[in-house]
Amino acid sequence: MDTDFHDITLSVNGKQYRRRVESRVLLSDFIRHDLVLAGTHVGCEHGVCGACTVLLDGEPVRSCLMLAVQARNHEISTIEGLTNKDGEYHPLQQAMHDHHGLQCGYCTPGILMTMTAFLDENPSPGEDEVREALSGNLCRCTGYQNIVDAVLAAAERMRSG
Amino acid sequence: MKPAPFKYIAATSLEHALSLKAEHGDDAKFLAGGQSLIPTMNFRLARPAVLIDINEIRDLAGIRPSAAATRVGPLTRYRALQRDAAFARLFPLIGEALPHIAHPQIRNHGTIGGNLSHADPASELPAIALALGARFHARTATQQRWIAASDFFVSALTTDLKPDEMLVEIELPSPKPRTGCCFMEIARRRGDFAIVGVAAMMTLGEQDECADVRLSFCGVGETPVDASSAADVVVGSVPSEDAIRDVAAIVQTMIAPNGSVHATADYQRHIAGVLTERALQTAYARGRDGH
Repeated sequence: MDTDFHDITLSVNGKQYRRRVESRVLLSDFIRHDLVLAGTHVGCEHGVCGACTVLLDGEPVRSCLMLAVQARNHEISTIEGLTNKDGEYHPLQQAMHDHHGLQCGYCTPGILMTMTAFLDENPSPGEDEVREALSGNLCRCTGYQNIVDAVLAAAERMRSG
Repeated sequence: MKPAPFKYIAATSLEHALSLKAEHGDDAKFLAGGQSLIPTMNFRLARPAVLIDINEIRDLAGIRPSAAATRVGPLTRYRALQRDAAFARLFPLIGEALPHIAHPQIRNHGTIGGNLSHADPASELPAIALALGARFHARTATQQRWIAASDFFVSALTTDLKPDEMLVEIELPSPKPRTGCCFMEIARRRGDFAIVGVAAMMTLGEQDECADVRLSFCGVGETPVDASSAADVVVGSVPSEDAIRDVAAIVQTMIAPNGSVHATADYQRHIAGVLTERALQTAYARGRDGH
């Protein structure tokens, strides 16, 4: 089969990119290899582990279960865009640091993308809601408790402004 | 873990998508949410020559309620169903099942039409479509027809859809008044495939007697299983605990689960019985108490 290429334009973390991609390139690989934004991690590549979670038009999705060409004319947000323009941590990043919410850190970008979007939608979550929201992200180091603590602490801090 | 090469075409309208499918037939797959298709392509279990992306056909998404039935576009994402409070009130079976479908990230992108067309026997929505008596509108470039849910699911991952057909609308009849619903599922972890799931609907008469029961299962065979006839023994009377236990025993003889490394067939049969009892009791109480 002839290789099938497409010219796409998309926005990643507010910056416009124009690239030529082969149709079979996954969005996760496109972000890492073509855009050299290696903060998005790749774990299972079949939608189970959550490491590759990015925001598509503001909503968390698995970037390994989308084709790069499908992101044409859409807005993607990745971990690289989470700090503010002065480089200051998002409150959840700071809380993950304070509460030891990571050890090896491999799952952390996916968790941050999932849970920052969750906190935008639900600023006052209970612990059960946090665990439910976190259910699509596997972490093999922490046992999750410190991540849950961090999310609850970040929620409180964000509420108090 | 990367898809084999294929030709990608973003369809710009339903007519465009259907004409592409007419042209390419079984060599082509529709790409909706992709939450089942892309993993199988990543594993190279599926190697379609052509992918017809329908995600930009906005007319294919949406919930259109009316008195008799609600019509749902196939591109409607799980999350859109979850966010529609009126829809969840009207179809509590679906509202109760949605949190069991994978995880938030998957529900943000996965679609109801993709789910039903994929026809995974462990999936929740096919079993619920059976319980609700849903109908599916299928179209080709030149023809259309309606398919009853009971005729739609042919075997594991296989539907009655022809190579040139697309599921273009799902019709969900409104439940009758005084109908109590309950969906329950046992999985190894939240969001995993169901070991057994049950959808129960019980419609009550004026004396709280059971007038009609719909009962269906996921995870226990090659297709979703309609076991409503097991409940014939409770129709016409106020269902006692013993009678509901009898229904569960009949269900256990009706199903033929495959068993797996995670759950033997005997265990699945046991769980199906337990869930039948719990779901029917809950559905009865909800019908009686009006929620």
